Amino acid sequence: MLANSPSAALARLFDEVGTVDCVGVEERVAKYTTRSIKKASKVKGLKLAVSMVDLTTLEGKDTPGKVASLCRKALRPHEDPGVPSVAAVCVYPAMVRHARKALGSDTAVRIASVATAFPSGQAPLKTRLAEVKAAVADGADEIDMVINRGAYLAGELAEVQDEIAAVSAARGDATLKVILEVSELETYDNIRAASFLAMRVIREGDFIKTSTGKTSLNATLGNNQVMLEAIRDFYLDTGVAIGMKPAGGIRTAKQSLQFLIAVKETLGDAWLTNERYRFGASALLNDLLRQIETQKTGAYQAPYYFSDAAESY
Amino acid sequence: MATLTTDKKPARSASRANGRPRPELIFGDLWEFDPAPETADPKLKPRYDLFIGGKFVAPASGKYFDSINPANEQKLAELAVGGAADVDAAYQAASKAFESVWGKMPGKERGKYLFRIARLLQDRAREFAVAETMDNGKPIRETRDFDVPMAAAHFFYHGGWADKLDYAAPGRRMAPLGVVAQVIPWNFPLLMLSWKIAPALAAGNCVVIKPATNTPINAVKLAEIFQDAGLPPGVVNVITGPGSTGGLMMAHPSAAKIAFTGSTEVGKVIMRSVAGTEKKMTMELGGKAANIVFDDAPIDQAVEGIVNGIFFNQGQVCCAGSRLLVHESVADLVVSKLKNRLRVLRVGDPLDKNTDVGAIVSRAQLDSIQEYLDIGVKEGAEMWQPPFRRPAKGFFLPPTIFTGVTMSHRIAREEIFGPVLSILTFRTVEEAIEKANNTAYGLSAGVWTDKGSRILKMSTELKAGVVWANTFNKFDPTSPFGGYKESGFGREGGRQGLLDYAKLV
Repeated sequence: MLANSPSAALARLFDEVGTVDCVGVEERVAKYTTRSIKKASKVKGLKLAVSMVDLTTLEGKDTPGKVASLCRKALRPHEDPGVPSVAAVCVYPAMVRHARKALGSDTAVRIASVATAFPSGQAPLKTRLAEVKAAVADGADEIDMVINRGAYLAGELAEVQDEIAAVSAARGDATLKVILEVSELETYDNIRAASFLAMRVIREGDFIKTSTGKTSLNATLGNNQVMLEAIRDFYLDTGVAIGMKPAGGIRTAKQSLQFLIAVKETLGDAWLTNERYRFGASALLNDLLRQIETQKTGAYQAPYYFSDAAESY
Repeated sequence: MATLTTDKKPARSASRANGRPRPELIFGDLWEFDPAPETADPKLKPRYDLFIGGKFVAPASGKYFDSINPANEQKLAELAVGGAADVDAAYQAASKAFESVWGKMPGKERGKYLFRIARLLQDRAREFAVAETMDNGKPIRETRDFDVPMAAAHFFYHGGWADKLDYAAPGRRMAPLGVVAQVIPWNFPLLMLSWKIAPALAAGNCVVIKPATNTPINAVKLAEIFQDAGLPPGVVNVITGPGSTGGLMMAHPSAAKIAFTGSTEVGKVIMRSVAGTEKKMTMELGGKAANIVFDDAPIDQAVEGIVNGIFFNQGQVCCAGSRLLVHESVADLVVSKLKNRLRVLRVGDPLDKNTDVGAIVSRAQLDSIQEYLDIGVKEGAEMWQPPFRRPAKGFFLPPTIFTGVTMSHRIAREEIFGPVLSILTFRTVEEAIEKANNTAYGLSAGVWTDKGSRILKMSTELKAGVVWANTFNKFDPTSPFGGYKESGFGREGGRQGLLDYAKLV
């Protein structure tokens, strides 16, 4: 009876994948913030970050027009042709067909859609699976799903994993990103354990993702590090390479470089590509462009050239 | 803790056997960092004299020696060779200052000077950090974020004690000793200087201090701050010169106390030389600390702690975690994670803000470490170093680990004082304690486990002055630091360290 209790399931999982020391992780990531990235390496890092952005709009007030302008920004973030297009746009399922219309079928920018009753995930599984299928049918290349945090915290790990597997089966050829919603899992131990739950049932090239951006705490260097280390351990053990997407809270170019340094020093060069690392962000893109222009011209541009507001795409 | 196995494993292993390469991480140059040198001016003078009686004075010998930058072997400055006459002059100045000013000054007033020194040091923090890095070879990341702030913290902390000495030893009163002789090593030139001078001054003593021959510059630069702070002449005197000058200082009849930090070998010589005198002594000597990782430890953070333990300051730390004792069941996992971590440590120009491991302090030290590497290999341990491009000039050594080490190997018993880690395994808690304590030293130890009760047990049983739990190489002015056995006696820092600079009456 004891062995089948929910607490035993969590204990077994922690025992299997190992625990995380909070103080130690934060000490490790503090070192990333003291790295000094200058000149050519800075420009390279900034452009790499641009190519990894999932340009996101997830608002109740999203319209086809807003999504269309977001898509144009995604394709051509800046007049400078040396600046790459972003990795993807990220929209609600209802907006997928508008995004597809704006981007066309032959495009480098992928369409990601949050599905599975984003952000809470509190809808019947049947409804969530139907939402995933509909988004893919409308033209989504990538599905950002949320895990069932309620089930996780109740210790019903099999349920959490089975639901991820069900969504994985429903998404067809689309890439899957599994949102752990780290602020609701709260501890680094939980974040690491949930990363493994997800990675064991998704495919090579799929992602795990920190958060929805709809709660108070989103991507931090700390939870990014814990998830990168989980990806590394899983890869070295199985050979299956999973991608990583921190989302929410990364607003400045400087922050994004610190996240990339974490990738470089934890997972290495093979993850410094938008096939394995993404930034879920909206305001970040304009700050990246501002910094690229600063590096090129040697002077900061007037604030009205690059809006801080995510609204102005 | 089990390794990361799932029930799918056999199938994957089979596919690997079918030609799929073993997964590996690539730490290459896809996104290489450009040089990011710290450009603050260290404000070095071409020549520094002795600091005696509040003034810079030429040595009686008229001779000077060079201090070089170990990262490029270039001369930084000339420093005075202090001799017997200079040592005499320093003691006269110190005795005079003690009798006429400092010993009688109310603690509250002495404290003001200490606070002033701390603030002046903070004002010039970047300058001192660069000077320290150039003189010693340690990375600017460490001097900027650790050495200089911690040095200032010691002055602040002891400044706070100066007017509270009546409460330091309940029921007793503290009285100063007089003039104290202090000799410090080259591994933390400014920090050692500060944590020796600050408590001595707070307790009302005057000081004659000698920095190491390899790293004298920040000692004379700090003397400039003493002048700027208006510290009464003679309260602190700085004598530069060779080791023999330190010997003269310690043997001087006016020295009421001797505070030495350095090698156990030299410590023994000093103790012999003062045997039979009334001099008080504190000795902070060598170490061969055990860093003990249990199977329930958070492994990635333990690996980070192992790196901080032995590669901080190129391993030239008396309390470095130079012996890794790891639970046999997780040994392979720890070593493989450690190797991946070491592949991204950046070895090179200490002034580059991205450098993690800088230069070894001197050619002699580099040769001595290299000799231990040869001994380790010859004795049958397996050596591993990450890929490393040796700069054309300077004394550099990549982080080095030895696996398959046993307790009888010299690399497990002797202090190497370099970036060299010896890895041993154990099976039970008792075996870990026995191996950790089986050493002539006893300065520090580290314990990594998820289990709180085990930490408490280990901290009682380990014969070491400091036991760190789930961290390593953490220092604070409020926390006493010192050793057991051949690591020395007496404490520095905290109330205990302060009491070592006073008579209780």
